[in-house]
Amino acid sequence: MSWLLTEKHLTDLARGAAVLGTGGGGDPYVGRLLVREAIREYGPVTVLDPEEVADDALVIPTAQMGAPTVVFEKLPRGTEAVAALHALETHLGRKATATMPIECGGINSMIPLLVAARTGLPVVDADGMGRAFPELQMETFGVYGVPGSPMAVAGERGETTVIDTGPDNRRMEWLARGVTIRLGGVAHIAEYAMRGADVKRTAVPRTLTLALTVGRAIREARQRNTDPVPHLAEVLSATLYGHLRVLFRGKLTDVQRRTEAGFARGRAAARSFDGDHVLELEFQNENLVALVDGEPRCVVPDLVCVLDAEKAEPITTEGLRYGQRVTVVGISTPELMRTPEALAVFGPGAFGLPYAFRPVEDLVTA
Amino acid sequence: MRIGIDVGGTNTDAVLLDGRQVLAAVKTSTTQDVTSGIVAAIDGLQAQRAFDPAQVRAVMIGTTHFINALVEARRLAPTAAVRLSLPAGASLPPMVDWPARLVDAISGRSYLCHGGHEFDGRHIAELDEAELRKAADEMGRAGVRSVAISSVFSPVNAEFETRAAEVIAAELPEVAISLSHEIGRIGLLERENATIINAALRELAAHIVDGLATSVSGAGITAPLYLSQNDGTLMDVDFARRYPVATFASGPTNSMRGAAVLSGVDTCAVVDVGGTTSDVGVLGNGFPREATTDVSVAGIRTNFRMPDVLSIGIGGGSRVRGGTGDVTVGPDSVGYELTAKALVFGGDTLTATDIAVAAGRAEIGDPSRVAHLDRELVRAALDRIAADAAESVDRMRTSAEPLPVVAVGGGSILLPDTLAGVGGVHRPEHYAVANAIGAAIAQIGGEVDRVYAIEPGRRDAVVDEAKQEALDRAIAAGASPSSVDIVDFDEVPIPYLPGNATRIRAKAVGDLQLGD
Repeated sequence: MSWLLTEKHLTDLARGAAVLGTGGGGDPYVGRLLVREAIREYGPVTVLDPEEVADDALVIPTAQMGAPTVVFEKLPRGTEAVAALHALETHLGRKATATMPIECGGINSMIPLLVAARTGLPVVDADGMGRAFPELQMETFGVYGVPGSPMAVAGERGETTVIDTGPDNRRMEWLARGVTIRLGGVAHIAEYAMRGADVKRTAVPRTLTLALTVGRAIREARQRNTDPVPHLAEVLSATLYGHLRVLFRGKLTDVQRRTEAGFARGRAAARSFDGDHVLELEFQNENLVALVDGEPRCVVPDLVCVLDAEKAEPITTEGLRYGQRVTVVGISTPELMRTPEALAVFGPGAFGLPYAFRPVEDLVTA
Repeated sequence: MRIGIDVGGTNTDAVLLDGRQVLAAVKTSTTQDVTSGIVAAIDGLQAQRAFDPAQVRAVMIGTTHFINALVEARRLAPTAAVRLSLPAGASLPPMVDWPARLVDAISGRSYLCHGGHEFDGRHIAELDEAELRKAADEMGRAGVRSVAISSVFSPVNAEFETRAAEVIAAELPEVAISLSHEIGRIGLLERENATIINAALRELAAHIVDGLATSVSGAGITAPLYLSQNDGTLMDVDFARRYPVATFASGPTNSMRGAAVLSGVDTCAVVDVGGTTSDVGVLGNGFPREATTDVSVAGIRTNFRMPDVLSIGIGGGSRVRGGTGDVTVGPDSVGYELTAKALVFGGDTLTATDIAVAAGRAEIGDPSRVAHLDRELVRAALDRIAADAAESVDRMRTSAEPLPVVAVGGGSILLPDTLAGVGGVHRPEHYAVANAIGAAIAQIGGEVDRVYAIEPGRRDAVVDEAKQEALDRAIAAGASPSSVDIVDFDEVPIPYLPGNATRIRAKAVGDLQLGD
């Protein structure tokens, strides 16, 4: 059940994580290089299926938080995430038996692998977002009762700070964001420490495998010179993300961005190749909703992914440009992410959107 | 009068222009030493249209020589990369994602030192001059001849790169030093990569630029010499010695800009049909649309501003196979062997050129050798070419609005007068030397790319400040003040940072101020 993740998995994993990033989560390129270098130095990473984790094991998820633009410029020292993990272990008085992603989309699919390579800990094949989200309270862990606190935040100087806001994960996010700014706009964190039993109960399972599957499907279709999207739909049908719907094919005709409360919000519009239909996307770092001819066709937390029309390369919200030819797909999320409790934390209302959540497979016929 | 010269891998093309009027145009072979090919080209112009060298006001050269040197990994200097970032950045040292062959070719060494800035201008760490001197000492003993210096957020604040250069130059006065903030934009690895490539090319640049200057002055021309850059603007000789990497994409850029001038259409799609491939790009206001993704050069990731070009495998030398119902054109080509292998030259391979001749679109070689070709096959092959070209143009289009198409390059005879769903094709005079013309008409540019903290209510002031700095830079580089204008502007808010941090890019260009 457990398996070894090696350098050869990383390209597929990074591309798949970019798809699951739904336009945000940071470009996994730097993350992929970090893990590659760590694996070359320390050896491959053991990936555990969540069912293999003992109920009383201590799992400490690790991640990076902050501005993707800063990550491209101020590259990590490499020791930060491990320092955060150790700081939390010290605070808890217990050693972790494994680490885990909090977010399977974008660069945060990679940070726990870096930690695992450097420490020799296994990484659990699961996460707390099932995609990418902009804030730390947007976790299935928290939705189902695991507090984010205590949380450790680390920077490249070896400095760490522990934040404990009790059960208030929003306030934890707010304080951690302030510390991150002081640390230069990027920090590494360890949070949502939990027992193995809680992993099985609250985590979105097998999302590292999912990212790998998505990346591999795109690569294989390209190698056969076939359209990657139908192949992707086929491989996803065997996962918890069972429904892929093509929402739109067309060209971007407008991209507008604005900064609001520290987030890059914006809208993009596209016109179909026959000129008859219009797509509108709303994003806040990640894509939140896709409307076709004014009607919602895929709503957060379901995944709205903008792919380059030719090669199905995922395009980030920062990378959206007038004139790009795109295929926009919607991907269903597991039931765990669609309950009323989950939607209250990361459904459309949590982002101030005036749409009700409806599953993408109900909004769009196959 | 001015002279434009394009030194490609195969051909050296030259044009003599008066204003925008083409007085003479020649095509010669590129020579191993580059310079004798240029001498031959200038002689060719002189033979075609006698001119007084003293009347030439400027000579502009576009060359693929430096990018080819990198791709072929030849004549690269032993180079060291110094990155100012510690304690950050240690996880991914310089050249971490380079092909081993190129690291070896430049005997690449890297040094991580303290320094760098945060996004808001704070210091990550203070510069440690003793650490830099120690690194310089090691470089000296290792035989390093060129140094690339990068510092975190140097596009926002370059003080550490500048100071580190002084410290290293004091220790190693003979080495060339390249600074990342002068070469690339935000994105440390990509900017650093471009800077290291630049450093490795500095010796070759000095040699080639000297050669170019000698061959031009040898022809009795005393006018200043310029090289064309990736974005279609010019740099002077001194700049070219220091920034050879800025020439990398000048080939397609020049050919697109030349197409605009020749056709008089400055917003259009350009199809440049060569021997093996056709490159399709889009011009807006006379400048190529830039690629938005990172560009890999010789396997090295960079963030150069490169034109957004779509290449398809159709050219004059493309092999034609199959019958009327299933004809294919390309993507393989007989390439430079066209004059030996094509039917019209007595060869035995059916090429796209043979099809064009059989259809009466061109008179090349011996048309009688293709007279036997099935008319239906000829038409099917031409339809195939036209359909592929039309699809490529359509893919590059950004709106449903009609976009004029300009065809240039020796192989553009393959294209029809109208592309289905796209529109008419302009086929300007001198289409075969569009690249040399693009070099000759290049302008002078200035650019700003920086992260600004925009206080409430100050957005317009900050935008004006950025634009003014771009204009000032263009004028400082030699643009005539009355002609400079902002041609490109982009504003992207950066998430998760306070103070409305916004990345602003502005580019200004103007006509070269010519001395009297």
